[in-house]
Amino acid sequence: MTTRNQRNTAPPALLVRGGHLVDPVSGRDGLFDVLIEHGRVVGVGSPGSLDPAQLAMPGMGSDVPVIDARGLIVAPGFVDMHVHLREPGYEYKETIETGTRAAVAGGVTSVACMANTDPVNDNASVTKYIIDKGAEAGYANVYPIGAVSVGLKGERMAEFGKMVEAGIVAVSDDGMPVADSSLMRRALEYARMFDIPVIVHEEDPGLCCGAVMNEGTVSVRLGLRGMPSAGESVMVARDIELARATRGRLHIAHISCAEAVEMVRRAKAEGLAVTAEAAPHHFILEESAVDGYNTNAKMKPPLRTARDVEAVRQGLADGTIDAIATDHAPHHRDEKVCEFDKAAFGILGLETMLPLSLELVRAGYLSMTRLIDALAPAPSRILGIERGTLEPGAVADLVLFDPEREWTLTAATMVSKSRNTPFDGWKMKGRVVRTLVGGVTVWEHTE
Amino acid sequence: MALGNRHLLGLEGVSAEDITVLLDTAESLVEVSRREVKKLPALRGKTVINFFVENSTRTRTSFEIAAKRLSADAISISSSSSSMAKGETFEDTARNLAAMSPDCIVVRHPASGAARFLAGVVDCSIINAGDGSHEHPTQALLDLLTIRQRKKCAWKDLVVTIVGDIVHSRVARSNLFGLRTLGATVRLAGPPTLLPEEFREFGAELYYDIGSAVQDADVIMMLRIQHERMASNYFPTLNEYARYFCLNAEKVARAKPDVIILHPGPINRGIEISSEVADGPYSVIMSQVANGVALRMALLYQLIIPGADGIRGSALVEPAVTAAPGRARIE
Amino acid sequence: MAVEVLDSDGIRRALTRIAHEIVERNDGVKGLALVGIHTCGVPLARRIAEAIARIEGTEPPVGAIDITLYRDDAGRLGATAHMEPSDIPFDLQERKVVLVDDVLYTGRTIRAALDALIDFGRPAAVQLAVLIDRGHRELPIRADYVGKNVPTSRSQKVRVELGEHGERDAVWIEEAANGTR
Repeated sequence: MTTRNQRNTAPPALLVRGGHLVDPVSGRDGLFDVLIEHGRVVGVGSPGSLDPAQLAMPGMGSDVPVIDARGLIVAPGFVDMHVHLREPGYEYKETIETGTRAAVAGGVTSVACMANTDPVNDNASVTKYIIDKGAEAGYANVYPIGAVSVGLKGERMAEFGKMVEAGIVAVSDDGMPVADSSLMRRALEYARMFDIPVIVHEEDPGLCCGAVMNEGTVSVRLGLRGMPSAGESVMVARDIELARATRGRLHIAHISCAEAVEMVRRAKAEGLAVTAEAAPHHFILEESAVDGYNTNAKMKPPLRTARDVEAVRQGLADGTIDAIATDHAPHHRDEKVCEFDKAAFGILGLETMLPLSLELVRAGYLSMTRLIDALAPAPSRILGIERGTLEPGAVADLVLFDPEREWTLTAATMVSKSRNTPFDGWKMKGRVVRTLVGGVTVWEHTE
Repeated sequence: MALGNRHLLGLEGVSAEDITVLLDTAESLVEVSRREVKKLPALRGKTVINFFVENSTRTRTSFEIAAKRLSADAISISSSSSSMAKGETFEDTARNLAAMSPDCIVVRHPASGAARFLAGVVDCSIINAGDGSHEHPTQALLDLLTIRQRKKCAWKDLVVTIVGDIVHSRVARSNLFGLRTLGATVRLAGPPTLLPEEFREFGAELYYDIGSAVQDADVIMMLRIQHERMASNYFPTLNEYARYFCLNAEKVARAKPDVIILHPGPINRGIEISSEVADGPYSVIMSQVANGVALRMALLYQLIIPGADGIRGSALVEPAVTAAPGRARIE
Repeated sequence: MAVEVLDSDGIRRALTRIAHEIVERNDGVKGLALVGIHTCGVPLARRIAEAIARIEGTEPPVGAIDITLYRDDAGRLGATAHMEPSDIPFDLQERKVVLVDDVLYTGRTIRAALDALIDFGRPAAVQLAVLIDRGHRELPIRADYVGKNVPTSRSQKVRVELGEHGERDAVWIEEAANGTR
């Protein structure tokens, strides 16, 4: 069930009572009540200690609405820094409205959306359009990412400054690599002026030309053209060296291979401004998911081997990989129900991010605090946005979830406009129960 | 027992028993082409569609003759005559073919996995007549038939060497899977650019030197080399390729005295095989073509006529979908 | 429950009698050929040919046909893994051909065999020899030479065992419930 965000009817005060708060920024990890007023957190205290009547809202007294969070985890709303909302231009796959609604259904209260729309988000007017549409939809907060190059063509640099003024939080040609090393160098240098990261999709065009999956045993068996790990790692190596040379902020998107994780680990040890994110499918699925020519297992970077999956998990565990981001990439049925070579790259991510990520907690790779850190504060820090915490004074974006609740994913009933998930029919553990953005409930799950 | 539609999508996973049944059936049908009236009524009233999205006169003709010799109504649709040339999707074209209620669709397609895709869309038997770089099971079965006719020893005592562009070859893959299932030793030879190490995981021995690869071999299978591979730098020139991998009389001399030489055709004379060898006494290339018809007749009969006594192998029926394929281990 | 209707000696005597009748009817072996229907008809044809050789001093040529792919009930019975090559090692033109099978029942096998035979050429005449005629014809077909007429019910099954490898020859009638199917 969902409630359309109606900011003008937001309650002036709200008490989230009895939940287990996990707020990595403040270090809180235990039973706390959270009091919200006018869309911001105003108080966090031990259960029963917060009396609205004594606080900033005299006169409300016992009329303050209460959300019963007993048995649930209360966390800062998730920030998915890698989403394709497809609007403008590909509204048949997803719209800003359906995409942000899918986000809040997955506990994601802020999304950073990639620039590969049509027209490309390479100028301030497109940025403005996306922001307006996001606000109009009223679900998750929408933070556009601008293109590095005009039209994603990899030739002329886009107007970073004007786009930053319009509201972008990063630049990226995601979907395409920045093949020209000189452009990459200039982008890293120039972006320093605005203190924004350059987010890179690492794929060597020559090594990955015409390839549709990971290069290895499965590609050899299926007769499909493979992308070697080196197709990713050589670009990561190049960009780390450029980040060293320029002192620019480099963010590696959807890191997927063991070699690249190791390079980022070393770069961080050397103190370079390099960050990275990983997508749940890269720490849950292996290349064998492609078996049977499953087009819902086709994405870039491709699903890799068990060794790579383990490296991504370890990278998340030790902080080499800062954030979890979904690379939510909706596609129409016709773009997936076809020959494998012709199928589009990418899968849905927003609605499955939490249960898939919780598997790493259950398996002991991550503590719950580290998981929440990767889902909210870490991406907020990278993007430089004021989200990701429930400290008093913070915007009241929060998610309430039951980490133990089991459910079965049915692609047909997903909130996204598209259905391209490899997890259809999977038993999931961990369910978002309620999502609040700016103190307003924008998603509520009822059995 | 309801078997549903039976397909031949590849030889990977097909049991030795099923391969043997197909070879036995084909063996008993070889004589049909020597009869005065080369026609059997077994598939009277059945419809076979040859759906060739990628051109191949040789394979298409072989399937057409096989279907017609069994009295099936056989029609052929090529990519240029199908609506796919007008932008129709593969799925829509397939559904249109299915609406004509065929009993079997034989499909040749440039994309790996296309036969498997078709099997999921339409309700009839599917035969893979070559899908991209994946498999070409009927070519491999006719190769196996040709080998079995000439070699009286057990499969496990046979050494088969396959030479050429292994990574792009659907013929090599199908032969590798079939031969390994039957127990033969399979050696693969080619330059490392065309012979990924991963092939070891399917039970093959890898060679970069054709001389060692054919040493004491019972069977040598030469693959056609595609000229366009040169453009992608898999090897520098055809001339240099031929210098290292052309099968000439001197190299044949290193194999067993009764070695036989196969080639799926069409041959690039002087590139992968010298004329003296192609036309020589070891060459069984023409038997391969004749066996192709008998083998395809056997397959059409075994797939289209539902029977509990015929083939029943796993890969011939729609492979079962596992609950969560590709899920990485997590403790 | 199975009842033996012919033993080794019975079978041998029946085949010898058929051999005499064939020679008698066709004035010797000139232009004569035998064609057995797979599986049991082939050894029977060979034995009859040997018996003819003992009578006439000349053995007529023997061929074999597999009629699996000619059956009108192929779709009902289903595909079989067991198929044999047909082998007619002589020209059928102007030959008098004796088709040989073990059991004549509905007549459908013989119809299929006639179709198959004619695909190999145009014989001058075709005759039919069977070891057992059990009745219940569904087509206008009758045998020219019969080893033994055995009245049966449709629920029964006739089993012919020919000991090609030293086992005993015999023909049995079985109740279907006890049968192999």
